[in-house]
Amino acid sequence: MSARDRILARLRAAAPAAADPLPDAAIHYAGRARGESTAQRAARFKAGIESFHAEVHLGTDADWPALLARLCRDKAVGTLMYGADTPSGRRLEAASFAGTRLRPWAGKLEALKSELFHRVGAGFTEARGAIAETGSLILWPSEAEPRSLSLVPPVHFALLDARRIHPTFFDAIRAENWSAGMPTNALLISGPSKTADIQQTLAYGAHGPKELVVLVINAEGDLR
Amino acid sequence: MSAAPSETETKPLAFVSAQALRQRMHTAVNDPQLRTSFRGAMDFLMAKRAAQFPDEAELASLRSLSEAIRQYSLSKLPELLEQLEANLTRNGVQVHWAETPDEANAIMLAIARRHAAKLIVKGKSMVSEEIEFNHAMEAAGIGALESDMGEYIVQLAGEKPSHIIMPAIHQTKQQIARLFAEHIPGVDYTDNVDALIQIGRRVLREKFEEADIGLSGVNFAVAESGTLCLVENEGNGRMCTTVPKVHIAVTGIEKVVEKLEHVAPLFSILTRSATGQAVSTYFNMISGPRKPDEQDGPEEVHLVLLDNGRSQAYADAQLRKTLQCIRCGACMNHCPVYTRIGGHAYGTTYPGPIGKIVSPHMLGLEQTHLLPTVSTLCGACGEVCPVKIPIPELLIRLRGEAQSEPHAHPAMVGQGAAYDRLTTFVWRMWARIYGRPASYRAFSWLASRLRILAPSRQAGWTAARTPLKPAPRRLRDRVRNRT
Repeated sequence: MSARDRILARLRAAAPAAADPLPDAAIHYAGRARGESTAQRAARFKAGIESFHAEVHLGTDADWPALLARLCRDKAVGTLMYGADTPSGRRLEAASFAGTRLRPWAGKLEALKSELFHRVGAGFTEARGAIAETGSLILWPSEAEPRSLSLVPPVHFALLDARRIHPTFFDAIRAENWSAGMPTNALLISGPSKTADIQQTLAYGAHGPKELVVLVINAEGDLR
Repeated sequence: MSAAPSETETKPLAFVSAQALRQRMHTAVNDPQLRTSFRGAMDFLMAKRAAQFPDEAELASLRSLSEAIRQYSLSKLPELLEQLEANLTRNGVQVHWAETPDEANAIMLAIARRHAAKLIVKGKSMVSEEIEFNHAMEAAGIGALESDMGEYIVQLAGEKPSHIIMPAIHQTKQQIARLFAEHIPGVDYTDNVDALIQIGRRVLREKFEEADIGLSGVNFAVAESGTLCLVENEGNGRMCTTVPKVHIAVTGIEKVVEKLEHVAPLFSILTRSATGQAVSTYFNMISGPRKPDEQDGPEEVHLVLLDNGRSQAYADAQLRKTLQCIRCGACMNHCPVYTRIGGHAYGTTYPGPIGKIVSPHMLGLEQTHLLPTVSTLCGACGEVCPVKIPIPELLIRLRGEAQSEPHAHPAMVGQGAAYDRLTTFVWRMWARIYGRPASYRAFSWLASRLRILAPSRQAGWTAARTPLKPAPRRLRDRVRNRT
């Protein structure tokens, strides 16, 4: 018998004859902000993620590439890496990025590891959606926008369509039917990386990005 | 075994004798710097947690839901483990099973050897501490480097974590500054926390880049989708599971839940209970290795499922509740004993209330029977537990298991380890007297008349208190004679 069989045999011998009833998590979440407008939801998201030290800029579908170009210049990121084969990647290429070198991700990580770790100042990705309750971005990294893009460069820019903000994490999982198929990697990101491991003193820029900048579009009106 | 923490800390699976444990606690209580560190940190964490739960009804609802999810998952544990294995395998993850720490280390060593690995970079994993992974790799000539800032600090210091969430909580920034200046080439003394973190970042980024294997723990393993979930703030967990070519995750068999949506409430109550954060910076969900058309991520992902005494706890309906734990550390943050002695005094990988109820299953009661008595039974741990583990009840149960007469079908290894014939005899006699009104009346009459014979030294009691002496007149006599 293998370790697997022995462990499972011990557990089976001891398991209750009938399983407990399936808990209904929906009841706990039932009352939460179901009637919110996109603008209200975006405002809650913004307040949440800003409390975790992220920067949020409101833009429009038309002007966000220009906004990103200005932010890159202000932050002097040098090189901005992005996924080339995406709708927003093509918008970047069409925009004018004076003072910032645009570098599309090309090839496997192993081939550009050194560049990514040492010479890329910022990474740009789309967000799949967000969570209003906690101020969290949802990212599903892809072939076009690999996971390191939101992890290794010191600044991470994320583009978020406010219409894809869910009230809670629970709602996101249910509404988008995540259990039908998960990507190899899915992420919730709530602010730049941080630690309080030295004397409970909060410090930003632990191992991941030192800055997280979110460009929110389609938020329908003034959030302040 | 020595009582000096520095000598026992680094020994693999070393646990302290009852006498040594008493000495360690005594030493800890008399260390003002240690007590200041823990008092400050625990007050900070308790206040942060309280601020996360302003709505008592919401907390009550979330705790009940979280408890129900954990109990439901445990009630289907063997089935869910098989479902998890099937789905992970379908996703391309290799699943391994280990009954003991040695087996788990051997599995991971074989993977490391197959890849001719020189350096393993680690995300925070208490199970890897439980099995002494670093020692096992170092003994085989493979570097195992902690990358969580707190774990990195305790590894540099040659210590073990003193808290399951904040490993370096016992160290002051001045101590850490000295440690960095001493151990990291080219670094001068600075006790500026931002500067210290940037030093750690610089050193460890090089290691993420060159490491052959990344190791992580698992916070929740989702059976229905074959997904491993990791909770963290620093990004080192993402680095370890993204950059190296191989990712090994190691976890206890109890961490599985059935549905992805079950993860949402558990994640929420975990971060709020642990560090008083509404959410952690990262929640990393891994469902497989890099696909052919993907550009990054590990090419191989392994999951090692560890038993190490968990199936023993599972076999008993009451002890099974131990396995509901989601490792938030709230029980230690609220424990008056932990706050005063710190995490190292216990001598076990998991300190504090959860350590007292889980370690006996991992190590047997021979080595751990004193742990359940290192408690005031004040109940704070049970009150704050996000999944409602009845920790005080379990402590009493474990005391009973340790002190009862050894019998043929024990619920756990080491049952009866603290059995004492005389103590048991005295308590049996007392039960007999106390259980019969006539004998109790006779006993109390005698006691009040013979009070002169009460000894002035009464074992542990008189170490810090005046001796007990029966009253000259019993209460019942005084009531009867009341005019």
